[in-house]
Order: sequence, then C-alpha cells, then structure tokens
Amino acid sequence: MYRSLRPIIIKEFRQIRRDPTSLGMLLILPAALIVLVGYALNFDVKHVPLVIFDQSKTSTSRAFLDKFKQTELFNYRFDVTGYNEIDGHFTNGRAKVAIVIPTNFAEDLLVGRDVRVQILVDGSDANTGAQAIGNAARITADYSTRLVVSAFERMGRQYYQPIDFQPRIWFNPDLLSNQFLLPGLIGFILVLTAVISTSMTVVREKERGTMEQIMVSPLRPRDVILGKTIPYMLIGLVEATAILVLGYVLFDIQVKGSILLLYAGIFTILLGSLGQGLLVSTVTDSQQVAFMISVFSSLLPSFLLSGFVFPVSSMPIVLQILSNLAVNKFFLVLVRGIMLKGVGFSSVWPQFVYMIVFAAVMLGVSTKRMQKRTL
Amino acid sequence: MNEYAIEVHDLTKKFGAFTAVDRVNFNVKRGDIFGFLGANGAGKSTTIRMLCGLLQSTSGTASVGGYDINTQPELVKFNIGYMSQRFSLYDDLTVEQNIRFYGGVYGLRNNRLRDRMDWVLKMADLKGRESSLTRTLSGGWKQRLALGCAILHEPKILFLDEPTGGVDPISRRNFWELINRLSTEGITVLVTTHFLDEAEYCNSIILINAGKLIAGGTPSQLKREHIKDPILEVASSNVVEALEVIRVQPWAIETSVFGTKLHVLVKDEEEGKVSIRQTLSANGIQTQSIQRIVPSLEDVFLYLLDKETARAS
Repeated sequence: MYRSLRPIIIKEFRQIRRDPTSLGMLLILPAALIVLVGYALNFDVKHVPLVIFDQSKTSTSRAFLDKFKQTELFNYRFDVTGYNEIDGHFTNGRAKVAIVIPTNFAEDLLVGRDVRVQILVDGSDANTGAQAIGNAARITADYSTRLVVSAFERMGRQYYQPIDFQPRIWFNPDLLSNQFLLPGLIGFILVLTAVISTSMTVVREKERGTMEQIMVSPLRPRDVILGKTIPYMLIGLVEATAILVLGYVLFDIQVKGSILLLYAGIFTILLGSLGQGLLVSTVTDSQQVAFMISVFSSLLPSFLLSGFVFPVSSMPIVLQILSNLAVNKFFLVLVRGIMLKGVGFSSVWPQFVYMIVFAAVMLGVSTKRMQKRTL
Repeated sequence: MNEYAIEVHDLTKKFGAFTAVDRVNFNVKRGDIFGFLGANGAGKSTTIRMLCGLLQSTSGTASVGGYDINTQPELVKFNIGYMSQRFSLYDDLTVEQNIRFYGGVYGLRNNRLRDRMDWVLKMADLKGRESSLTRTLSGGWKQRLALGCAILHEPKILFLDEPTGGVDPISRRNFWELINRLSTEGITVLVTTHFLDEAEYCNSIILINAGKLIAGGTPSQLKREHIKDPILEVASSNVVEALEVIRVQPWAIETSVFGTKLHVLVKDEEEGKVSIRQTLSANGIQTQSIQRIVPSLEDVFLYLLDKETARAS
C-alpha cells in the first residue's frame, strides 16, 4: 500500500517546495491572518475619538470630564465651542463621540437639581456607536454614584446600594475578542488552505496532462487520491500547530482542554476540507475556475455563516439553516469549547459526528466522480 | 502466443448522441509499427484512450497484449506504455525526479530503477542534465524524456498519441529512429499522427475518418491498390491559377496543390500531359514541366477522403 503511495507523496512535497506561491499560501497566509486578526480585527471598542463642548467651564465640569480623558475607552481630541463644530468633526471623521455640558452644570449640581449631559454619537459605525454609549453611560453612572456617596457623607449618613451588581466573567475574564477570534481562525485557515490547495494540485495535473499519464499506470484512483491528499493533511496539521504556537506566543492563548482531542478535531475538519477540494477538482479542468469555486465554497461559508465573526443565533432563520453547510460552524464550537473552556469529548461529540459525516460525504462523492471520469 | 499484440472488434464510443468511434476493427502484429491516421477529431485519440483503459468503450471488444480492455484494465495497464502529445512531465521537477516518479509509479526500485534511469538518460541524450528543471528543456528533449518515462517499465506495447506535435523536423526524425529501434527490439508500437510523411515509417497503417475506418494496409499496398491511374506533377508559373483552371476540367479526376506544384490525377498519362499544356497556355499560364510521379501517401489519403466525402453526401 505505502509502496504505491510513496512516489506520489514524495513528488507532491517536491512540487510544493518548488512552488513559492503555494508555499506562501500555506505558511505565510496563516501567519499574516493571525497577526491581522489578533491585532486589527478587534471588537473591543477603545480609543474612540471624543470632542468636548464644555459650556460650564467650571472645576466641577472639568472634574467630571477628566473621567473621560483618563480612560483608554475614549481618546480626547479637542474642545469645541459650538454644535456646528461638532458637526464638522463628525462629518470628516475626526470624532465619533461628543459630550455637551450645559451652562449651569456646576450650579445645578450644587443645589441638587437634575443635570442633563448630552452625548452625541456618530452611528454610522453601529457597533462602535453602541459600545461608546454604553461606556459613556457607565463612566457617568460611576461619577454620579460618587457624588451621591459624598453628599450622603456630608450629611453624616451612610450610603447604601440596594442591589449590588457583581458581574464575573468566565473563560475569558478580560473579555478580549482575540481570545474568542483566534481559536475560530484555526478552522477558517484550515478550511481555506486545504480546499484551495487540494483542488489546485489535482486540477493542475489535469491541465498539464500528467493526471492522464498517472491514470494509464497501474495505480488505482484510490492510491492517487491518498497520495495527493496525505501531504496536504500533514501540512494542515503543521499549519494548525503554527497557529496554536503563534496564538500562545503573541496573545497568550492557551489550550485549556485536551490537546489530543483538539488535534482529533483538526484532523477531522481537514479530512472534510480535503474531500471538498477533491470534489471541486472533479467539477472543472481549469485552474482558474477551480480556484474561484474553492474560494467561494470555503471562504464565504466558513467566514460568514460559521459564527466565526457573526453569531449564528442572530442570523435570519434561512441563514441559520444554511449555516449547517459550513463545517467550520461545528469545528468552531468544538475548538472554542476545548481551548477556552477545557471541555471534554462528552460535550463535543455531536460536532465530531457532524464533521465525520461531512468528510465521509465529501470523500465518497469525489472518489465516485473521479472513478467515473477516468474509466 | 497470439500473432497479434492488439485485436480490435467493433469498438464503438458514443458521447451522448455523437459517435466518436464507429465499429472499428483492426489487428496489430507483434513488433509492428502501426500507424493510425486521420484528421483532428476523426476519433484517433478516442480509440487509443479506450485501448489504454482511460475511457470505457460503449460497445465492442478489444484485447491488448492478450488482456481484455473491458474486463482486465489493470492487467492492460501493467503491459503498456503511453505517451501523448502533451509530453506529460512535471515541469517543476528535474529530469531525474521525473524519471524517479514514473519509475516509482510502476514499482521500479533500487538496481532496476538505476539501470532503467541510466538507459533513459542515454536514450534521450540527457546525460549530465539530470538535475535540470524539465521546463528548461527544448521540445525534442522533452519528447524523448516523455518517451523514456513511458517505457521505463519495459512494456511490450507502446501507444503514442501524436508524439511529434510541436517539435522541430530534426527532432522528429531522431524520434522516428528511436521508434524504429524499439520496434526491432520486439516492441509493438501504435502511433497516431496527422503528418502523412511519418506514416511512411509504419509497417502498417489505417485511416480513420469521422469515427469510421476507411482504409488499411501497408503504405505501398495502399498506394498500389487505391490509385491505379497516373498522377502528374505540374510545375507552372502560377500554381494557384493553374489549380483553378485545371480542377474544373472533366478529365482531371483529382487536383491538389503540393508545395509549389500541382498534382493531377488523370485517366491516361500522354493524353493528360497534352490536355494540361493546352489548358494552361489557353489561360496564359506558362508550363515549366510535367512528369508522372509515384503517388505519396498524401495523394492516396486525399483521394480516399474525397471519395468518402462524396459518398457520404
């Protein structure tokens, strides 16, 4: 068995080594994606540019505004002197949030009248806008509580809070989005590179006529398929390891659960993706077409439908049903469970079942189609 | 042992409603160079692909090296070599890596692989270029390397599908010398080509048109049997005009241009010569020479194809 696979495996590795583009895609793309996603694709809204319209201009208002200037949630840019200036800053993007302090801020506070502080938010970026409002509300509430506490103290009474809200966050206590995104990225990268490289390596041989030459040899289609996919399986495993190591070194992302179970999951999703690549290669004889189909059939579902970035539960019902076609959706649950929560096989077996079914269908259909074409 | 290396009975291939190969019958003797001729799309490659086990036949049977192509395709594959006009080599691998790969595919190892690699390098004149990338080789070299890779496992039967496409004339001649040598060593060669001069190298040829076999035999048989009337080669001052005026004459059975000369098939040599001179001078064309020639295979095939087309319509 191994004897008939060996020449193909050796040849495949030689070709991969000689082809800088495929090598680049297999190794540099994942590294670049990790760095990009880890640093840039960040849903933690920080350093939102802020302008201040302080009509009160008192030490009281400055003390309040200092809370906004000291936090890294906002990035204090300018003081403005009118609404039209705020409009200008919002329009050309120099600011996304503006705080307007009324003229009688200090006086009203002193006599205990309600004070209205206005917060204007640029809502064109919905996510940033919503989070900025939340952050501003929290800062203001904190400051109000402090004022109440000191007022009570001045009156010689003890302040007490009827409900003490104490959030404690499990698994990712700092709510860092890269802790959540990077494990998901493993599936995305593996699916993308495995589908593209497998389909391309088969179609390239068809285009050059070497597939025909192999098919007139005594090698069985099964040997050819195995010989061509084993190298990419190994590369996929190396890739996954590289992502795990980089994630640990750069972002301190650790695997809380069993490494072995994690690799079993990685192996299973790779199997399905290699099968998907083979299936693409039976549909077309042109490298360009194969590349397009591979990208569409792997990138879109595993990025948009899988819950990698956008939660599946908030999709319209049709897309939620469609999302079951994205093998990465199941892998994501598995990888996040094992890496962030440290869960065992008992909680991820349904995901394994799905991924094994996916792999069996992909490999089965493509082997069938391949045999039919060549005979 | 059977006298024939390849036997084909009523072999047919249909792609949907289109019949690419229509009940073809022929036998190839052991050690022969067997030419398979026809225009592009006539069904040559389809036939060869069925015989190699690359394509399932729709109906009919064939045996290659004594094995049935429909029921024993694996055994057929062990006993044949196949080379196509695409010179199926890996451009991004070296000469040696290509040989090692194809050797490995056929299960060659150690001493045997070393011996055969040595043989191929010598045969293809690639000694000293083992570590050159295949894409840097010229067409002739690639062609010989592809041939070498196809016969690494010393098959008894060799299929060549348009093996001389895209190489220069000198490489083409060298290649045919190689094929001749293989045939003297007892290898049966089935070769498709649309270069009719190459057909002269073959012991036996068949002509296929629109999926149907229309003639077969040795080159000299075909020339003798099909063209009994004399062919006159006419050199004139204007070959194109000469063709126009002669082809419409009732005594000219068949007229075609060969290079700068005209070949005219007539009923009688002397009468024909007189008629040609008269017709040309009547049209102001100067006749330089007229002589009777032995028909080439090209004459024969153009004649046969014309007859076939006339019959079909």
